[in-house]
Amino acid sequence: MFKVRYRDYLTYRGGPGHWSWILHRVTGIGVFLFLLIHIVDISLIGWGPNIFNKLLFLYRYPAFRFGEVALVGAVVYHAINGIRICIIDFWPETMAAHRKMSYAVGIAFLVVFIPTAIYMLSFIL
Amino acid sequence: MQVTLKIQRYNPEKDKAPWWGEYKIEAEPTDRLLDALNYVKWHLDGTLTYRRSCAHGICGSDAMQINGANRLACKVLLRNLGQVITVEPLRGYKVIKDLLVDMDAFLARYRSMKPFLITHSPQPEKERLQSPEDRERFDDTTKCILCGCCTSGCPSFWANGEYVGPAAIVNAHRFLFDSRDEGTVERIELLNTVDGVWRCRTIFNCVEACPREINVTRAIGEVKKAILMQKV
Repeated sequence: MFKVRYRDYLTYRGGPGHWSWILHRVTGIGVFLFLLIHIVDISLIGWGPNIFNKLLFLYRYPAFRFGEVALVGAVVYHAINGIRICIIDFWPETMAAHRKMSYAVGIAFLVVFIPTAIYMLSFIL
Repeated sequence: MQVTLKIQRYNPEKDKAPWWGEYKIEAEPTDRLLDALNYVKWHLDGTLTYRRSCAHGICGSDAMQINGANRLACKVLLRNLGQVITVEPLRGYKVIKDLLVDMDAFLARYRSMKPFLITHSPQPEKERLQSPEDRERFDDTTKCILCGCCTSGCPSFWANGEYVGPAAIVNAHRFLFDSRDEGTVERIELLNTVDGVWRCRTIFNCVEACPREINVTRAIGEVKKAILMQKV
């Protein structure tokens, strides 16, 4: 039986839909991992303000600040691409323009993310 | 022009693992990849194994992974492939030898979709008539030649070999939306499962790979919607 290797997903020369799918998965996992950390840090308030404030201080470190920019990028891409998936699922006739829709998601992502990232980075750099 | 063919070779009786065979040949830019493979087999290495039959894009025998994407070797010209061309067997299927893969499971899934007209009503005196509009409804999915390019290019199929696959769904769609067919309930039962249409993640690799330019994902989407709305 054929064994799937992770590199197979990257080496197959699919179209824009293939890359949209990979990005959707990667950003989805990224947001999910953040949510797990977020649940842990918020729950620390149960142990009193000292521990909670100490942990929040961690988020001031540059690595975390850059991580926040990446997180916003992941949320924005996942949200916009999610709308595309909803549209094609409920209106299959729109799939005639599937390539254009994937490119439109990319453009909409850049339009939203670039100014946001510049604004966020201005507080770090 | 001179082209280098990098062909994935594998003989399970001799080789422990697949290896790359390199063949430099002189060819015309307007030659098809199949012509180049034939040249290698007939003049350089007779042990090279691949499937081909009509050689004109109708039978779907010579589907393979060409420069990383699924194509029919008889439908791509060398001038569109560059100087170095990589050729691999379709992924997701067991390799029998070199570029020859075992399509039995693929064809079994196709047959499981009951790809024939099912009727329960009494047979009419002459033929079962259909309006041009009703015929148009499933026109796109009549074009499938069962080459396997779509199913083999589907990441959902790579991840789970139990997925019935795009080709089988396309052929179910062809009868599901046929106004003369009366097998809707039994086909929907087959498709409305975790390994049926719901495993499709709308990745569109099937659409990109289809040599017959069928909008496969749209056909799957129409089946999903028909199940959701309980209306064909």
